[in-house]
Amino acid sequence: MRRSGRAEAARGNGAPRPDAGRLAEFGSALVAFLTALLLSLAVTLAVTGPAFAIEAERAFEDPALQKRYEDLNDELRCLVCQNQTIADSNAPLAQDLRREVREMMRAGRTDDDIRQFMTERYGDFVLYKPPMTARTYLLWSAPVILLLIALGSVAVIVLKRSRKPIEPDPEEAT
Amino acid sequence: MIPELGHFALILAFLLAIAQSFFGLAGAHVGRESWIKATNPAVTGGFVFVSVSLACLAWAFAVDNFSVEYVANNSNSALPMLFKISAVWGAHEGSLLLWIWIQAVWTLGVAALTGGLDPTFRARVLGVLGIVSVGFMSFTLATSNPFERLLPSPADGADLNPLLQDWALSIHPPMLYMGYVGTSVAFAFAVAALIGGRFDAEWAKWTRPWTLAAWLSLTIGIALGSWWAYYELGWGGWWFWDPVENASFMPWLVSTALIHSLAVTEKRGLFKSWTLLLAIFAFSLSILGTFLVRSGVLVSVHAFASDPARGMFILGMLLFFIAGSLLLYAWRAPLLKSEHGFEVFSREAFLLVNNGLLVAAAGLILVGTLWPLFMDAFELGKISVGPPYFNAVFLVPTIPLILLLGIGMHSSWKRTRFQNVKVPLLVLAALSLVAAILVPLVVYSGLKALTVVGFFAAFFIMASALVEPVSRLRHKQTLSRSVLGMSLAHFGLGMFVMGVTGLESYKIERDISLGPGETHVIDDYEFKFVGTRPVTGPNYEAIEGIVEIREDGELLTTLRPQKRLYQVRGDMMTEAGIRIGPDRDLFVALGEDLGLGRWSMRIQYKPLVRYIWLGALVMAIGGGLAALDRRYRIIADDAAKKADQALSGGGPTGRPVPGAASTSTAAQRGA
Amino acid sequence: MWRYLGPLIGVLALGAIFAVTLARIGTGELDVREIPSPLIGKPAPQFELPSVQDENERISTAALAGRPWVLNVWGTWCPGCRQEHDTLLRISSDSVVPIIGLNWKDERSLAMQWLTQLGNPYTKVAFDPEGDVAIDWGVYGSPETFLVSAEGIVIAKHIGPMTEQIWREKFLPLLAEKSGGGA
Repeated sequence: MRRSGRAEAARGNGAPRPDAGRLAEFGSALVAFLTALLLSLAVTLAVTGPAFAIEAERAFEDPALQKRYEDLNDELRCLVCQNQTIADSNAPLAQDLRREVREMMRAGRTDDDIRQFMTERYGDFVLYKPPMTARTYLLWSAPVILLLIALGSVAVIVLKRSRKPIEPDPEEAT
Repeated sequence: MIPELGHFALILAFLLAIAQSFFGLAGAHVGRESWIKATNPAVTGGFVFVSVSLACLAWAFAVDNFSVEYVANNSNSALPMLFKISAVWGAHEGSLLLWIWIQAVWTLGVAALTGGLDPTFRARVLGVLGIVSVGFMSFTLATSNPFERLLPSPADGADLNPLLQDWALSIHPPMLYMGYVGTSVAFAFAVAALIGGRFDAEWAKWTRPWTLAAWLSLTIGIALGSWWAYYELGWGGWWFWDPVENASFMPWLVSTALIHSLAVTEKRGLFKSWTLLLAIFAFSLSILGTFLVRSGVLVSVHAFASDPARGMFILGMLLFFIAGSLLLYAWRAPLLKSEHGFEVFSREAFLLVNNGLLVAAAGLILVGTLWPLFMDAFELGKISVGPPYFNAVFLVPTIPLILLLGIGMHSSWKRTRFQNVKVPLLVLAALSLVAAILVPLVVYSGLKALTVVGFFAAFFIMASALVEPVSRLRHKQTLSRSVLGMSLAHFGLGMFVMGVTGLESYKIERDISLGPGETHVIDDYEFKFVGTRPVTGPNYEAIEGIVEIREDGELLTTLRPQKRLYQVRGDMMTEAGIRIGPDRDLFVALGEDLGLGRWSMRIQYKPLVRYIWLGALVMAIGGGLAALDRRYRIIADDAAKKADQALSGGGPTGRPVPGAASTSTAAQRGA
Repeated sequence: MWRYLGPLIGVLALGAIFAVTLARIGTGELDVREIPSPLIGKPAPQFELPSVQDENERISTAALAGRPWVLNVWGTWCPGCRQEHDTLLRISSDSVVPIIGLNWKDERSLAMQWLTQLGNPYTKVAFDPEGDVAIDWGVYGSPETFLVSAEGIVIAKHIGPMTEQIWREKFLPLLAEKSGGGA
């Protein structure tokens, strides 16, 4: 508001204005602000959240197995929770399912075996990554379909427009 | 008495909103000046009464008036005052009242800052905004009255959900609603343009700052929510693709597309009908989000009490707004043909690709979010569509988007002659690629293709965003806020991409158990569990763990994660201890007491995680700068003058028609 | 023309789907939280577990083969189980079909106390403190009730407290149909 007088005065003045100094000043102030922000963030926070799943021990000594275990837990849905993986939930069922995953892995079963074990009992709902079936082909092909539609339409429009005459625009004309 | 006053004020505001819609739309239709003028007091009065209503509810919370059911359900006398106030919007009814108040703020803002706009057009804009207010107010009054009394009233309240007892929650919903509701302004401009048949570059100039303002609020709101989830939900994730998150992300993506498309419409008078469609959809997706979260059709971590009756109401409102505006669109849009051309390598083409990819990304989220609902509707069984799906498919449109951005920023309208920027861009791209390979190898361990792509895009965007401001400053040229804002927003996006890439590639999470004095080493950090001590808070009892972190043998910090028992609800909450820093966060959360002083705990190393939110903040600052660009003020001043002339020359009947822009262009060129 | 009406048609179709879904939730026909069991139509998972009342007694599904039976999953910690208990007692008094209890993630003493105080509707009660058998049956929350045919196939599952209405309208007709078809 308070700058409107100035804006009016500057209007129509297309030549470079002695504004660069002020902007540089502004730029350096911004950099200083961001640096200060970054530094101020280097403090210790203490914050709250609900009880969630923390396992007492690593399930596997072998880091590769542990990674497999965590990845599997991350794609299995806790069925009693609102919308959580069994890795995140502390619900008794989630604990049981994690134990089941652990035991099956120790018995040398593959990830697919474990996924199949879960879907045989709980249905596809238990998998956060929907399996490829007739009912999900469309879902899984959505990224490709949408990308093709988007890029296809863009290509058609651009080609059409590139054949039209290019007019000088008002901004340039003034 | 005060709650009844609040209820009464809301009813008055509702009546004023009806008046605002009627006088605005009917006044513009019949061209009656007195009606058009009557919209102003209706807007101001509406704002005053909604404010009174909100203040009454806040008062009921502040004085622990548990005879109000909503207060009794969401507050407690032991709750600290800050949380008593933020509890006003802590559940369904109050959050709707906040929504309505924010709508009133935006409407007042539009009324105050568009004085120079053609009075007929302005009346229509205010009329449409009035209808939106009427929709939400009738929803609140009919199904979700926060002032409902509870008799007999309880001695004390049931307390606010401890999850929500946090300062970030006090600003997250207001910011998010600022964004959601803000999309209604662009929507109102679009509908007003469709009704009046007025749609030109001027229109885009008027709409753009409002869209930017809504977009930046949405950006901050989403970032706050993500940050809050990161520390509050305890597991250290920053995005879960929960329906409630997707509901906020879809309007963000479409608003982002709208900002870019408005640029083309403003500068070149192109893509008019597409821009209108985006304005309609940005708003529609905001309401769709409300519908999905509050109707109970989807299962989400967000626990709004779901109610099919409320769902029906929102659905009716949603369909009224979208179907109505799309019908108008189908009627008017065929008129909006433009004959301007541009070359294949032009800014128009790049922005079109940007729009295509952003809308495809929003469409993907929509499909993924709604797919379980479709399966239910057609009785095809139940499936879950979760993070593994979204994380995989979302990259399909976004990787090309971020890779093209660095070049697209330097394209020019109509045709791009890359000669001027070719060398610096090639050099920057090469440097970015080298850095994207070196950083993973030297700083972190291991090199993955996706990590290199992510870092390359991030570095290239950041570097490329600086080219224009730096060169303008060097050549002592003007640097408009618009250009500076754009550069900053893109720089922020680069920061965000860098944060996501670093975090997702190199984060470490460990669940371990430690006895007093035992240590665990992650990366360069040694975590030493000292022991625990009891702590008493205002409305909770807690056990506090003491964990010392050493880097190269030197004490870096002591974290004090807690497990809290909130007495009123009996909820157990985990309070993580976080050491935040520019290069990484260190995160400790207490698990279970395993006996003999031994505790299970989760320790996390989160590289570059801060840049996710800092990047969003920089994006928002950029958006703010662009919204404050001089040309939007100039157009306001110009319009004010024109309006004065028009008024003195015979009132608002001389309505501009489609094509007015090109004639004025021709006139300008002639002059 | 289609180009401009397309968005409207898409939105209306989506709106119709939402409206139907909401209406079905409203009438209770659809429960978004209910997860249908993939076991329906499949052989019932086998188990052999100790009895709640007697550690040495083994309860096995093999012994139940040849006639229909009901499996009811419960625990003393579950409010819905208390709610359905009287209904179960009444159903068991009809002696149409044996009801096998699966005591899930519970303590033996608490379960015994419950059965003595509230009455025992079960022919036998199997004890599953670890929840392994419950996982095999795809149990995610109690109470859950399964109906197994004489051929050992799971033919129905009810999630939530059993009611007279559900018993009469869902379980009994299936029982009659199966035994009628078998004769």
